[in-house]
Amino acid sequence: MSGAPLPAQAVTPAHSVLRRFVSMALVHGVLVAGAIFMLAPFVWMLVTSIKPPAEIFSGEIALWPKRFYGVENYSLAMEKAPLLRFALNGVIICVGILAVQLLVAIPCAYALAKLRFPGRNLLFVLILLGLCIPVQVPAMPLYIALAHLGVLNTYFSMMVPFFLSVFAIFLFRQFFRSFPDDIINAARLDGMSEFEIVWRIVTPSAWPAIAAFSVFSAVAHWNDLYWPLIVISDAKLAPPPLGMMFFADAESGSNYGALTAAATILTAPLVIAFLIARRRFIDGITMTGVK
Amino acid sequence: MTLVLPSPARVAPAAGRRLLLERFTGLGFALPALALLVLTILAPLAVLVVLSATNYEFGAVDMDWVGLGNFQKALADPIIRRSLLNTLIYVAIVVPGGVLGGLLIAVLVHRRGKMRSVYEVIYFLPVTSTLIAMATVWQFLLHPSLGPINGLIKWLGFAPVAFLSEPTTALATLAVIGVWQILGFNMILFLAGLTAIPRDLYEAADIDGCSGGIDRFLTITWPLLGPTTMFVVITTMITAFKIFDTVAVMTRGGPVGSTEVLLYNIYLEGFQYFHTGYAAALTFIFLAVILLFSAAQTFSLDKKVHY
Repeated sequence: MSGAPLPAQAVTPAHSVLRRFVSMALVHGVLVAGAIFMLAPFVWMLVTSIKPPAEIFSGEIALWPKRFYGVENYSLAMEKAPLLRFALNGVIICVGILAVQLLVAIPCAYALAKLRFPGRNLLFVLILLGLCIPVQVPAMPLYIALAHLGVLNTYFSMMVPFFLSVFAIFLFRQFFRSFPDDIINAARLDGMSEFEIVWRIVTPSAWPAIAAFSVFSAVAHWNDLYWPLIVISDAKLAPPPLGMMFFADAESGSNYGALTAAATILTAPLVIAFLIARRRFIDGITMTGVK
Repeated sequence: MTLVLPSPARVAPAAGRRLLLERFTGLGFALPALALLVLTILAPLAVLVVLSATNYEFGAVDMDWVGLGNFQKALADPIIRRSLLNTLIYVAIVVPGGVLGGLLIAVLVHRRGKMRSVYEVIYFLPVTSTLIAMATVWQFLLHPSLGPINGLIKWLGFAPVAFLSEPTTALATLAVIGVWQILGFNMILFLAGLTAIPRDLYEAADIDGCSGGIDRFLTITWPLLGPTTMFVVITTMITAFKIFDTVAVMTRGGPVGSTEVLLYNIYLEGFQYFHTGYAAALTFIFLAVILLFSAAQTFSLDKKVHY
């Protein structure tokens, strides 16, 4: 480096401190303003859910109720709609979908990554094509088929379009490809069957990808509205978003205290899970990329 | 397919048997996925092609061939044209808003030290929350007389705005909610991209006299983020084209059709009015629009991105 003065040194220390301070204030100003925009609905949801109707309808902006009305709002919400049942339905379909997705995708991904069999390339091309087809495209023929089979309004009808995740196959194949062949060959020489190799050797090594995919799958199906709206009309089977919709319709949007209480109960499970396993969620949803 | 057998004759049977076993195992492992692929994607697509050329209505006993009639009808239908236009307007707001917003926040949050994870959680929260539940909350936030947003507007001395029942503002309001939902997701993707940029480059830029934040952003950060930006733009666009939830819950296409979007119209035609054949044609138009725009984006951005 030459002795020529750098631009930064030309400024007096006091000046540069001031500049630093202003730029910091600007950065945090933007971030805080954005954070308020992000958090406002959550804060307002929680605040409204503990306000009495009189305070809600007064239209005042108050971040804390004068009279705590949380017990009444939450018990009314629980009484008017089977909210815990909605949440349970959400758990059932998320677990069911994920279990089948993994059972189907893992062996297929292993076969695509490590085994030679006729039609392998064709299958892979079809998987890639499948990535371009949103679920709303095959929805209508699937609906007609399910209606003819008489299985609308069942958990099965809610889960079946998602049993195959082409995305899971694609993701796991990428992971399995980097698994060392030597270990697989050694396991074969030890007399392990391919079945055991998949589930006891290769699968545990892909744990990060599987965890990431599981988070992605659970978030997507807990929040999905389109398909349940089509196949479910029985409120007892509704997953959280559809349940919320039924509840909002029944309440005709007037009782905001109970509505926000219901929204809080149905949003809570995923948000709490997110706050606990923050890194897993962020990695899971971003690694899998396609929403 | 060529089989290369090892030359010594006595090894051949064992190797051949292993190869045969591998082929059967491979097929067996792929079979459940293949069966589901046929049953839940390929066969429905084939059925959809056939349906789109008929006037079939769900529950009807007979149907007639109409050829490309459904497509001609759809392209001439003012409702479909409007919903296509509305979808494009929605996408045109959510993509720049969600991508540039996510980029801005990511650049500001990056290397923020202790506060970084706090901001990360806050901005990511809408991604994990149930949009339908939050849509109900937004509806209340935006309420003309009870909502705090209009409370604030009135306090500032302006007339209240009926965001969701005014045809001029309804779609833009939904787009803002769309940005709110996706911004944190894009921020995380950009943060991953930023982490991959080596620090030395910034030091080198400092030495070269390129010390201002904006200079550094334009000469280093932006070009090196190219591949990330391309990915973010395309995922945001696909998500935006699939807008349905907020329309179904908050506006149901209204007021006066100002928030009718493609997927909502497909839902209405296919599952409410049971115009199955017509809805099948609309589904293909929807798919074509998504694929066309993704391909166009990939091409145009690919030329500018230097890996």
